[in-house]
Amino acid sequence: MAKHDTPLLDQLESGPWPSFVSDLKQEAEVRAKNEKNVEYQIPQDVVEDLLGVLELSFKDGTTHWKHGGIVGVFGYGGGVIGRYCDQPQQFPGVAHFHTMRVNQPAGKFYTSDYLRKLCDLWEFRGSGLTNMHGSTGDIVLLGTTTPQLEEIFYELTHDFNQDLGGSGSNLRTPSDCVGQARCEYACYDTQDLCHHLTNEYQDELHRPAFPYKFKFKFDGCPNCCVASIARSDLSFIGTWKDDIRIDQDAVKGYVDGNLKPNGGAHAGRDWGPFDIVKEVVGLCPTECMRYENGKLEINNRECTRCMHCINVMPRALRPGKVKGCSLLAGAKAPIVDGAQMASLIVPFIEVNKEDGYQAIKDVIEKIWDWWMEEGKNRERLGELMKRQGLQKLIEVLEIDPVPQHVQEPRHNPYIFWKEEEVTGGWDRDVNEFRKHHQR
Amino acid sequence: MEYEEAKQLIIDGLTKKSKSKSKFYFSDLAKILDMKPRAAKKFVNQMVTEEILEFWSSGSTSMYGLKGMGKQAAAEHED
Ligand code: HEM
Ligand code: SF4
Ligand code: SF4
Repeated sequence: MAKHDTPLLDQLESGPWPSFVSDLKQEAEVRAKNEKNVEYQIPQDVVEDLLGVLELSFKDGTTHWKHGGIVGVFGYGGGVIGRYCDQPQQFPGVAHFHTMRVNQPAGKFYTSDYLRKLCDLWEFRGSGLTNMHGSTGDIVLLGTTTPQLEEIFYELTHDFNQDLGGSGSNLRTPSDCVGQARCEYACYDTQDLCHHLTNEYQDELHRPAFPYKFKFKFDGCPNCCVASIARSDLSFIGTWKDDIRIDQDAVKGYVDGNLKPNGGAHAGRDWGPFDIVKEVVGLCPTECMRYENGKLEINNRECTRCMHCINVMPRALRPGKVKGCSLLAGAKAPIVDGAQMASLIVPFIEVNKEDGYQAIKDVIEKIWDWWMEEGKNRERLGELMKRQGLQKLIEVLEIDPVPQHVQEPRHNPYIFWKEEEVTGGWDRDVNEFRKHHQR
Repeated sequence: MEYEEAKQLIIDGLTKKSKSKSKFYFSDLAKILDMKPRAAKKFVNQMVTEEILEFWSSGSTSMYGLKGMGKQAAAEHED
């Protein structure tokens, strides 16, 4: 028998999708039965009260969570998001209901044993409710009380070899696509770079000193499986410099129908015979491909590495051999200002494991120095870029402008030269001048 | 600047404003010290370690305050 009546929530379960309400009810029941004899460290009916307070919120049309609070374990400025209920008498089980963000392993590789242990820990010291994974990438453990925080942190760090992730005005938990571990498209080792930078910037991750949040995301290729281009302040997208590798025999294989386009995906329906001109050449966004006399050609100078042709014919086309990544900056969700996609700042940068990714760190640290000094409170990098201009960021990074930085033809006819950009500077020799000009 | 001097500046700066505010952005602290943010961060971190300052967060924004001052200390017990 449920502790609280929840008619409004029950209604949500009637829709066509799997319902989080059903999941909550299931966990509430498991805790009530406690067949595993867990010595629950937080109220056994926490999930019942969570359902209850949510029902009340639906009824009142307003939240019953207070805003913010304590933030973590000793010395950490993030990783725990303090949440307190504003109706603790009615719902004592969720009087404290803090979220813990746990830094997921790069590429989200787990053993089932690890996941089982993690869930056991969370049933014992938390609500048993998780969110795998949050938008930032973290393992999100939902709902525990203040006294449990240090205990959980100790167990995570000592028994699970796992750290808390980021929250608040700091570097958020970096996240990456599965990369070279399982994907042939990966142009660099996303997991190594993600893991390396996570370790390198521990201080930025745990001790907030930024104007606002800052996210790194790593995609091995422009397919952008973690959507870094839309979701991170600094997006690392794998790319190549040389030509797409073409295997003409395999091209023929696709044309003759011996190889399935798209690796056999979209097979749920008969699309008719594969038409390379219509489906590949004709859909190239830069119109840089040609198929003539049974031969596929690409004008690589014009290719924007959109991945379309490679995705359709992976056996015939592969990224080039000179690989690295592009850096894009400034994506964000709408808070202060509208949503923004990232802008390309470095078209190609080497991803060099041997020297500890120095070239990449140089860019990161220059960006942080600029943003920490110039950014207003709660201003994301993308907003600062908009306010001061991409030109300013290029200057900060000490890189030369390239055509890829240009978004549209200029509509501003004024050019302001700086003294260092003008041969001879502003200085003039007055005496020399007066020889020719009277006062 | 030595740590002790920085510490005093921050304590004095925040105490002076404590009537109207109990939580401060990191940039407020850097301004009090008149230092570049990256350099100021070292001192601020140490003050957290020594439990002079403590963090407050909404989940998306982080702030600092003198330990025990204002809403953050009461957050768990307020009614
Ligand atoms: C090499 C010689 C010259 C250079 C480099 C030069 C450069 C300029 C520049 C940069 C402007 C401003 C344009 C703008 O605001 O959009 C300008 C405006 C003007 N200049 Fe010259 N100038 C030169 C010779 C002269 C001479 C010899 C005269 C007249 C005897 C003159 C008359 C004007 C006038 C009247 C304007 C204002 C035009 C307007 O705003 O419509 N300029 N000039
Ligand atoms: S982003 Fe590219 S490399 Fe990474 S998993 Fe997706 S397709 Fe593969
Ligand atoms: S990757 Fe995209 S832009 Fe480049 S050749 Fe293929 S379809 Fe055209």
